[in-house]
Amino acid sequence: MLVLAFVLSIALGAVTIPPGNALRILLGKLPWFEISGNWPEYFETILWEMRLPHTILVALTGAALAGSGAAFQGLFRNPLADPYLIGVASGAGLGAIAIMSFSQAGKYLVPIGAFIGALGTIYAVYALAKVGRIVPLTTLILAGVAVGSFASALTSFLMLVSDQMILQAMSFLLGGSTVAGWEPLKIAFPYLIAGMTMLVISGHSLNVLQFGEEQAQQLGLPVEKVKILIIVAASLTTAAAVSFSGVIGFVGLVVPHVIRMVWGGDYKKLIPLSILGGGFTLLISDLAARIVMAPRSLPVGIVTALVGAPFFLWILRRAKREVFW
Amino acid sequence: MRSGNQGNPVLDIRSLSAAYGEVTALDRVSISVNRGEILGLIGPNGAGKSTLIRVVSGILKAKAGEVLLNKQNITSYTPSQRARVLAVVPQARQLGGAFSVEQAVLLGRTAYLGFLGKPSKLDLEKTYWAMEQTEVTHLSERKLAEISGGEQQRVLLARALAQDTPVLLLDEPTNHLDLKYQVNLLTLLKSLVNKQNLTVLMAMHDLNQVSGTADRVALLVDGCLHSIGKPEEVLTPENINETYQTKVESFNHPRTGKHYIFPMM
Repeated sequence: MLVLAFVLSIALGAVTIPPGNALRILLGKLPWFEISGNWPEYFETILWEMRLPHTILVALTGAALAGSGAAFQGLFRNPLADPYLIGVASGAGLGAIAIMSFSQAGKYLVPIGAFIGALGTIYAVYALAKVGRIVPLTTLILAGVAVGSFASALTSFLMLVSDQMILQAMSFLLGGSTVAGWEPLKIAFPYLIAGMTMLVISGHSLNVLQFGEEQAQQLGLPVEKVKILIIVAASLTTAAAVSFSGVIGFVGLVVPHVIRMVWGGDYKKLIPLSILGGGFTLLISDLAARIVMAPRSLPVGIVTALVGAPFFLWILRRAKREVFW
Repeated sequence: MRSGNQGNPVLDIRSLSAAYGEVTALDRVSISVNRGEILGLIGPNGAGKSTLIRVVSGILKAKAGEVLLNKQNITSYTPSQRARVLAVVPQARQLGGAFSVEQAVLLGRTAYLGFLGKPSKLDLEKTYWAMEQTEVTHLSERKLAEISGGEQQRVLLARALAQDTPVLLLDEPTNHLDLKYQVNLLTLLKSLVNKQNLTVLMAMHDLNQVSGTADRVALLVDGCLHSIGKPEEVLTPENINETYQTKVESFNHPRTGKHYIFPMM
């Protein structure tokens, strides 16, 4: 399914390349295939310079958001934690925009800025949402919305002050992923892979944490260390995704939920499956965003919000009598 | 019988004080538990029983005093080192409902599992053994959220047994159990203590169960140690009347000679 979505994503868009040709062009790029065909030369340019890097970035972004969403849900033991809803994505967005507008060093520093923004946000939200020894569902979402709005407001302010980049930033905030070519992918790749690897190996620790921090500690888990590791991993992953694809909501919420309903709550499976499912989901959403109003393409964040927000409300309604959580 | 080896406590609680913010929960409590001994912890609600268990298991910091586990301060253990010596059976509430019973019991092996949580053959053997002992094997595929409170309590005991430690702390383990499983649990506990020379500290509500199970009893009131000793020395009508504000009578069972108390109604 993931492969199919991948091929479709490469092939379709403002200019449609027949999927068969698309595959052949790709295989032809590999050194051990000699494939030629009669397609216009610009097919190859579009495919190689635009569609392929864009598609890989979109898949990785979806994977990153869903993976960190699953980890945040496990860490807070809260079915509604999502990088977007708890404000981390907005915080990362603020960090990214701050770097873009203040620093000429530019894009290499953007993920670092986003990472710092994400960590700052998660710290603030956690401190605000904590009641005694637990983080209740309601206060987590309220604190996330409040801190996220604050970060978004600061972001808007920064955009207005440095006005020449406002259009780029605007579409960034909506999850535009306007950047193209291989460059952003090269920068984001190491962060995304490092973050997601850390998330996958945290699966067992997240399982133990489901009994609560006290019991986890009594069972022998070094809770404080593990929490820091998971927060760093999830923030890093979110930040890298946000740096190059903008603030995209609800993927991190919807995907782990569906996975949990079908495959259960074992985080050793849940995290890797969420990563795969997130890649698939965002590819499909991105495809829809590009096709619906072709030749214009919508920011993918609009598509995920249109589908994700109603889903969020549905979860909220059944959260009270949740059995599979 | 087993209380003879004084002076070699496995668990030595020395003048321990603890507080939640400004509220004192434990005030200079000293209790030691010897190898092979069951010490019953009793006291009215809010007396500090659960707090004592939280401090001894290293999740709440003491305000003053210390807890020695095998002559070593409890705070000097890493979580994983401590979990190989001391296991806790908490009260059954707020269980991660998405796990199956078997997965939950297997997590008792956390201190032995690697970071990825891949169980060895020994881990699985201990898990299955523990589930047999507490009679939850037939539930192994069921989700924790789908089983009753009493079954959850037995799963928590199995999880602690899978942890394979010489010391066990239990926080009101018979709370959600019906009569059959109350008796089964206490009988199992006694036989494990005899077979494996375990050391047990157990908070309990039912005074007669304490009397029937524990070698010694410690009575806590308002965070202070009121009295400690053999059941018949602590569970006197005077002590109970004073601390629980309830009139009781005591008598010895005609056949077993065990000490029992009866509320006057």
